[in-house]
Amino acid sequence: MVIEGLEGTGSRGGGGGGGGGGGGGAEQMDVESYASLYTGHTKIARLHFIADHCHSRALELEALRMAADEIKKGENTTLYRENMEKIAGRLGGPYMLDQDWIDSVDRKAAQRQEKLEMELNGYKTNLIKESIRMGYNDLGDFYYARGDLQQAFKCYVRTRDYCTTSKHIIAMCLNVILVSIELGQFVHVSNYVSKADQTPDVQDPIVLAKLRCAAGLAHLESKKYKLAARKFVDTQFELGNNFTEVIGPQDVATYGGLCALASFDRAELKSKVIDNIGFRNFLELVPEVRELIHDFYASRYASCLGYLQKLKPNLLLDIHLYDHVEALYEQIRHKALIQYTNPFISVDLNTMASAFKTSVAGLEKELAALIMENQIQARIDSHNKILFARHADQRNATFQRVIQTGSDFQRDTRAMLLRANLMRHDFIMKG
Amino acid sequence: MMDSLDAVVAQVQALSGSADDCVHLAGLLKQSEQVLQVHAPRVGYALQALDPAKHSLGYLYLLEAHSAGTLSRELAGSFLVAATNFLTVCSADQIRLAIDKFNILCRRLKDHAMQMMEPSSALLPLYAAIRKSQPSSEYLTPLHADYLLLCLLSKCYKAGLKILEDDIFEIDQKRTGLIPRDFLLHCYYGGMVYIGLKRFGKALEFFQHAITAPATVLNAITIAAYKKFVLVCLIHNGQVPPFPKYTPSVVQRNLKSCAQDYFDLANLYNSRNITDVKRCVHAHEDVFKNDTNMGLANQVIASLYKRNIQRLTQTYLTLSLQDIAETVQLEGPKEAELHILQMIQDGEIFATINQRDGMVSFQEDPEQYNTRKMANKLDSEIQNIIRLAKKLTSVDEQVLCDQNYLSKIGKDRPRSVRPLPSFG
Repeated sequence: MVIEGLEGTGSRGGGGGGGGGGGGGAEQMDVESYASLYTGHTKIARLHFIADHCHSRALELEALRMAADEIKKGENTTLYRENMEKIAGRLGGPYMLDQDWIDSVDRKAAQRQEKLEMELNGYKTNLIKESIRMGYNDLGDFYYARGDLQQAFKCYVRTRDYCTTSKHIIAMCLNVILVSIELGQFVHVSNYVSKADQTPDVQDPIVLAKLRCAAGLAHLESKKYKLAARKFVDTQFELGNNFTEVIGPQDVATYGGLCALASFDRAELKSKVIDNIGFRNFLELVPEVRELIHDFYASRYASCLGYLQKLKPNLLLDIHLYDHVEALYEQIRHKALIQYTNPFISVDLNTMASAFKTSVAGLEKELAALIMENQIQARIDSHNKILFARHADQRNATFQRVIQTGSDFQRDTRAMLLRANLMRHDFIMKG
Repeated sequence: MMDSLDAVVAQVQALSGSADDCVHLAGLLKQSEQVLQVHAPRVGYALQALDPAKHSLGYLYLLEAHSAGTLSRELAGSFLVAATNFLTVCSADQIRLAIDKFNILCRRLKDHAMQMMEPSSALLPLYAAIRKSQPSSEYLTPLHADYLLLCLLSKCYKAGLKILEDDIFEIDQKRTGLIPRDFLLHCYYGGMVYIGLKRFGKALEFFQHAITAPATVLNAITIAAYKKFVLVCLIHNGQVPPFPKYTPSVVQRNLKSCAQDYFDLANLYNSRNITDVKRCVHAHEDVFKNDTNMGLANQVIASLYKRNIQRLTQTYLTLSLQDIAETVQLEGPKEAELHILQMIQDGEIFATINQRDGMVSFQEDPEQYNTRKMANKLDSEIQNIIRLAKKLTSVDEQVLCDQNYLSKIGKDRPRSVRPLPSFG
């Protein structure tokens, strides 16, 4: 199955979107199709991120242009200004700073803000819970659209006091989660996810899926890859395109797949990822991740690592994953090395080096590091370049431990008796 | 005047027979101290009239009065001779009645020996003195510290071993005249003797006693002991353990600030980077020299090389000398070969060097724990532990029967339910 075509449909891989840019060489990300997978603020944020971090001018300008189009559809004038500064006139005519547009939007916004606040005050005097809640909600939405995230956060949190049904609570939590993710405050995300989980009668699978994704993202940010993987692989496929203002289904597949590879052991990988029907649907969206997981499980390490290398440049442009890519890749590589050596009594380092496509010297260093961290039980014969498995002699180890424990006991008991005596005779060193 | 001195001498001769008389004599002598001081110059002659073996108590008092104050060289010499003789032959029961005086005398002996730069001359007499003043070998006396100090000065470490191998359990001020400072000095000097004998494990035990001794103030001996403790820990174990929870809080809080350089060294040692450690030792050279710990600091560096090489034995079966030199940051394969040869001879690693290929093959520890020698060793260890456990039980029983303890327990429980002391 070849990944081609520029049409952005739901079945395209998001993280692997650059794969369609043609074979060989540097994979160019297809910004348009990538961006079409998302909506709302995250679309703009991602486009900006790509523009900031990519290395090609063309890509940068493309991203900024799309961002400009998207921003104009909204009401966020500060972001608009920022965007225009970044473009700095390089895109010509329709992309110059449109001061009139800014002024008109600001004016309208000011009017709307006044109106909303007046209504809210009215509701407050009337003390109708539901209206107050909706008033705060609307105010929150307004601030969010304007890009004033702190205020939006405050407003959404205030609705908590006026929530009466679980639906309200869920809505409130989701709003707060959305704003927190954008603010990058993942502590709040975790808090509100657990709050939402504790709410009774939460049946809607879409809501559950959203919560799982948010929790997964929070764990990812705090580098708890195992927990993040568990959350992502448990996400229900009904998520579909309902959460695209934060995360797309292909991202769930990518994040979940990579974290799982880096942190699950073989049994868990099989049961939770490969045999997991729900997650399999996600993986269909990103065939490369699916392939690489299967390769890893079947010990085809060269091709697995090859896929990883291909995916890397695009993953580095993903706002949630970019600073975890190196760590995840290193963990996956270590796992691959450990899994390779596991079934053998002796391994020829030359064959292993060709399987992993590195040099023998480099491989030897990597293995030495893993042995010193006690991840591999083996010893290296550096002369003949062979790795020998080494199983600790239990009997000798037990004897050694016994003798050690004996002398420790004697030492500690003697010290204790001495100290007890010192204290009994009040033998304290005083000034 | 002469009469009072003669009277004293006569009393001594008369009352040195039985144990009761001796107790009586002790009281009399205490009262006669003033007399003795006044007649100090003539005491020397009086001494001639007494037999140090039979009239030990009297002899003690007289000798002590005779040697009070500063002595001229030949007087000091004759005092040394007299004291040596006395300590060797005196009667243990008698001198135990005037233990403070005895301690003063011995200390004086030690001071003079040190002044005359002949520390080894006082070793035998002090050893005899310790054995005589100890009610049993488990008691600590102030003389222990003095004796160990002389061993250190004269570098006769084996002599110190005889004293150190007794387990000390009893600290009784009344019977031995001990003060806390003596205990700390004993631990400190004892540790240093063990360092001299290269038995780092026991040295650590002694230093730890010094650090965890109950205290309300920090003192210089504890700090010095801790500094050596850190260095010996690094040499022996490769890491410094945290304070045990029974260390007095005064010590825990303040020790860090007093021994900052040592802490830095310990932290750097953990990184296993030889250049960093060398640099640290160099930077703090003055501090180490001031504390006379320079020798230990150099041993720390040597031990880091050894530890790094040992880690290689865990990872490799064979390794070229060139690689070893690079990994451990030695000068070159020649130096690596020398190091490894030394370690093989010391029994610290098991390896063979193949000079033709420039390769070293590492082997497993050939100890199979199946020889008679090993069985005997295990057996003796078990016996030791059983003995220790018996002692523990007896101390436990003592506490259970102790009045204070029972009254405390009795207060917390209702009167109708009296706890029975449990055994074992």
